[in-house]
Amino acid sequence: MNWAPKNIPEILTATWQHLVLSVSSVLIGLVIALILGIICARRPRFYAVVLTITGIIFVIPSLALFALLIPWLGLGTKPALVGLSSYCLLILLRNVVTGLRGVPADVLDAADGMGYSAWQRLVRIELPLALPLIVSGIRIALVTVIGIATVAAFIDGGGLGTIILMGIDQSYTEKILVGGILTALMATFFDLVLSQAEKALVRWR
Amino acid sequence: MLITAFNWIVNNQPEFLRALGQHLVMSGVSLVFALAIGLPLAVLIINRGGLAFAVINSINALRTIPSLAILAIMMPLLGIGLWPSIVALTVLALPPILLNAFIGLRDVDPDAVEAAIGMGMSRGQVLRKIRIPLAAPAMFAGARTAAVQVLAGATLAPFIGGGGLGDFIAVGISMMDMSRLLVGAIPIAILALATEFTLGLAEKIFFAERTSA
Repeated sequence: MNWAPKNIPEILTATWQHLVLSVSSVLIGLVIALILGIICARRPRFYAVVLTITGIIFVIPSLALFALLIPWLGLGTKPALVGLSSYCLLILLRNVVTGLRGVPADVLDAADGMGYSAWQRLVRIELPLALPLIVSGIRIALVTVIGIATVAAFIDGGGLGTIILMGIDQSYTEKILVGGILTALMATFFDLVLSQAEKALVRWR
Repeated sequence: MLITAFNWIVNNQPEFLRALGQHLVMSGVSLVFALAIGLPLAVLIINRGGLAFAVINSINALRTIPSLAILAIMMPLLGIGLWPSIVALTVLALPPILLNAFIGLRDVDPDAVEAAIGMGMSRGQVLRKIRIPLAAPAMFAGARTAAVQVLAGATLAPFIGGGGLGDFIAVGISMMDMSRLLVGAIPIAILALATEFTLGLAEKIFFAERTSA
C-alpha cells in the first residue's frame, strides 16, 4: 500500500464521480420507467413491445452499447449516462408494472367509489402500494449500474473505473484492487440500505 | 459509417474472423469450465448446510465485484493474453450457474422428495433420480444468464490482451474511428442477442411440457 494513502483526494473524487454517475443514471431510468410503467400497466400489448425493446438493450454488452452511442453522443459523461440509464430500464419497468398490477381490484373499486379521480387514485393509492416493489427495482438497478459504471471510464465517463484502467495500463496491482474493492463496497452498501428500506416499507404498509 | 464498417469487415476478413474466433473460443471455454465447476459444486453443497452457507455467501460477495476488476486482477496474477481472460470469464460465469443450480436443487417439490424417500430411495438416489432432473430447467436458466454475461465480459478482454471483438472497439475509441467502433460493437451486440434468443427458445422447447404440467 504505497499509492492509496498518498492519493486520497484523487480516490475520493473518483468515488464521488462514480456515485453521482450511478445514482443519476438510475434516477433518469426511474422517471422513464415510471412514465412507461403507468402507461403499460393497463396496456398488455404495449407492455410486451416495451419489454422486448428494453430486454434487447439489457442483453447488449455494456462496452458495445457505449460504443454504439459514441458516434451520436461523443465521449464523456453523456453517452455514459444514456447507456447506464437505458440498462436499468428493464429492471425498473418490470418492477413498476408488477407493483402497479399487484394492487387489489377491491382497493381500486373502493377508491373509485370514494370519488377519486384517476390521477388521485394513482398518486394516493396505486403508487404507494407499489412502492416496496419499486424500491426493490431501484436496489437491483443501482447495484447492477454501479458495477457496469466501471466500464464507463473507458469512454471518459470518469468514476472508479479510471483507477482500475490506470492500474491495468501501469501494471499497478494496488490501483486495480482499490478501484475494484471500492466499487464492490459501494454496491454492497446500497444493497443493504435499500433492502432495509424495502423491509421498512412492507412493515409500514 | 455502417457501409464503411461493413467494407472494412469484407476487406479485412482474416483479421475479423480471427477476432470473432477468439471471442467465441474464450466465451465457450469459460462457460464449459464454469459449468464443470459450478454444477458439481452445487450438488456437493446441497446436503451440507454449513458448507452451502459459506459457498453461497462468498459467491454473493464475488458478484458485487465489477467484471472489469475481475479481468484486471488476472493481469498481475497470471499475466496477459487469452488464458487470464478465460480464467476471469470463468469466475464471472460461476455465480449465475451455481446460484441457479443450488436454488433449483433446494426448491424441488418436497412432496416429490418425500414420495421418493417413502419408496425407499437413499439420499444419493433422491439426489440423482429426483432432485437433479427436476432442477434441470433452473440449471439451464443459469447457464443462459452466464452465457450472456460471459459474452459481455469477453468484450472487455482486450484490456488485458485477451483479444476478441472488443479489440475493434478499443482501437476505434483510441483512434476515434467510428466505423471501426461499429465493426466491434455491432457483431458483439448481435452475438449476445442471438445467444439469448437461441437459448431462450431452447429452454422453451426442452422444458415446455414440464413447466406447463
